[in-house]
Amino acid sequence: MDLEKLKERVLTLVPEAELEENKQFLTFFIPAGKLHTMALKLKEDEDTAFDYLFCQSGTDMGKYLMVVYHLESTKLGHMIVLKVKTENRQNPSFDTVCDIWKTAEFHEREIFDLLGIRFHNHPDLRRLFLDENWVGYPLRKDYSDEVNIVEL
Amino acid sequence: MKEVIHTPVPSVEEEEYHINMGPQHPSTHGVLRLVVSLQGEIVKNLKPHCGYIHRGIEKMCEKDTYPQIIHLTDRMDYLSMHINNHAVCLLVENALQIEVPERVKYIRTIMDELCRIQSHQLWWASFGMDLGGLTCFFYGLRDREKILDIWEESTGARFLQSYYTPGGLMWDIHPDFQKKTKEFLKYFRKKIRDYEKILSGNVIFRERSRNIGLMTKEEAINYGVTGPSGRGSGFSCDVRKHHPYALYDKVEFKEILYQEGDTLARYMVRMDEMYESMHIIDQLIDNIPQGDFSAKMKAVIKLPAGEYYQRVESARGDLGLYCISDGNKTPYRLKFRTPSFSNLSVLDHISRDLKIADLVAIGGSLDLVIPDIDR
Repeated sequence: MDLEKLKERVLTLVPEAELEENKQFLTFFIPAGKLHTMALKLKEDEDTAFDYLFCQSGTDMGKYLMVVYHLESTKLGHMIVLKVKTENRQNPSFDTVCDIWKTAEFHEREIFDLLGIRFHNHPDLRRLFLDENWVGYPLRKDYSDEVNIVEL
Repeated sequence: MKEVIHTPVPSVEEEEYHINMGPQHPSTHGVLRLVVSLQGEIVKNLKPHCGYIHRGIEKMCEKDTYPQIIHLTDRMDYLSMHINNHAVCLLVENALQIEVPERVKYIRTIMDELCRIQSHQLWWASFGMDLGGLTCFFYGLRDREKILDIWEESTGARFLQSYYTPGGLMWDIHPDFQKKTKEFLKYFRKKIRDYEKILSGNVIFRERSRNIGLMTKEEAINYGVTGPSGRGSGFSCDVRKHHPYALYDKVEFKEILYQEGDTLARYMVRMDEMYESMHIIDQLIDNIPQGDFSAKMKAVIKLPAGEYYQRVESARGDLGLYCISDGNKTPYRLKFRTPSFSNLSVLDHISRDLKIADLVAIGGSLDLVIPDIDR
């Protein structure tokens, strides 16, 4: 499917999706509530068939926290990027996609560990790298650690 | 009459118990802890515990300039050091739209393939050792030394070399590089036949690895298992073919695919890939063009504000760099999508209901490098 058609498809699925211009891939901001149903449709529809989540990452953008999904279709070869954001820094949460792409299970644990974003319905949401009683989320921009982080 | 109390004692076969494999276990090849639930010697499930060498490279990158980041990527997957460096260089070059000299592309492609060969050699050595063939370990390391010697002359280091810089190379290759590389290829073509005889053709090895750790193509895609591990299940995921970089669209090579999806298939993919890598080097080694070994770069590299994604095929699979830049000399956020991380996630699924000795074979066939998981 070419990019124009793909764009139309996403906008018919979720009219509220915001297209981001001038990106390497076709990029959309999706309302967090619509993420799961839309992801499932994008995977299961035969002419989109996004079956490979090749990167899932979280970022603290200052004003908001963001999770980015890089998707590829191994059959059709096209790629798309979905983003969700939340301004709630106290208790940020999204729906999990690890029932759709199993690889998300580890990626979401990592994002929870380092950015403190929770994922609803995740089967085993524990810290992945850090200790269970670690305080704070290191990849957040306001994280401070006077002992281990040396500022020059 | 005295009452006899019968307390049922569970037999070893019924009782489920947990053992810790690692963090210091020879078959995990690093500090990875697997908590394995066993019934008798059957694996019921396992939970990986990571983070023993988590260094926070992604956080460190937010304070480092792009040339500095290259030195950190060496320390992720330490067996694909050149390829990791290549990813950062391509990220910067594509963002700034810098065309690197032809000579650089040739040298980088050759170095990447040498890197893949030595990584597979070390994997072969340790995989053989895991399954009880200690000879493999000596053979593999002996031949890998030759590549390290070639690198030492050209790059000044044997292991963590940081040889690539954005725009080119740290310095030019040694005058003997071509001669030594050709000598190595001639030498290794003879020696790899020994590899085939010792392990590939060994009945005990084949019986131990066939039909063990089965993974279908759909599972490989779903779990994001890439590289030789994914290709052993028929998942066509070679970034060199699908998103070519450097000279991979000019050289002729095959993407190795096996459909069986078992431990033996993953083994065979890596063996065949060594031949393919040698074939790629063959096509390039005599034709390295003269010229500069680096493009002209500004002293301070700043990427324009925006998002960049760069994929390369490391010896373990699809390595992705996702960079968000705000226009400064350091990235705002740099995420490494490392292949071993996703490959580890499938280990629980494919080793269920198998013997614990098979777990060692499966873990070896996934070729996990722990710093690549932990970062």
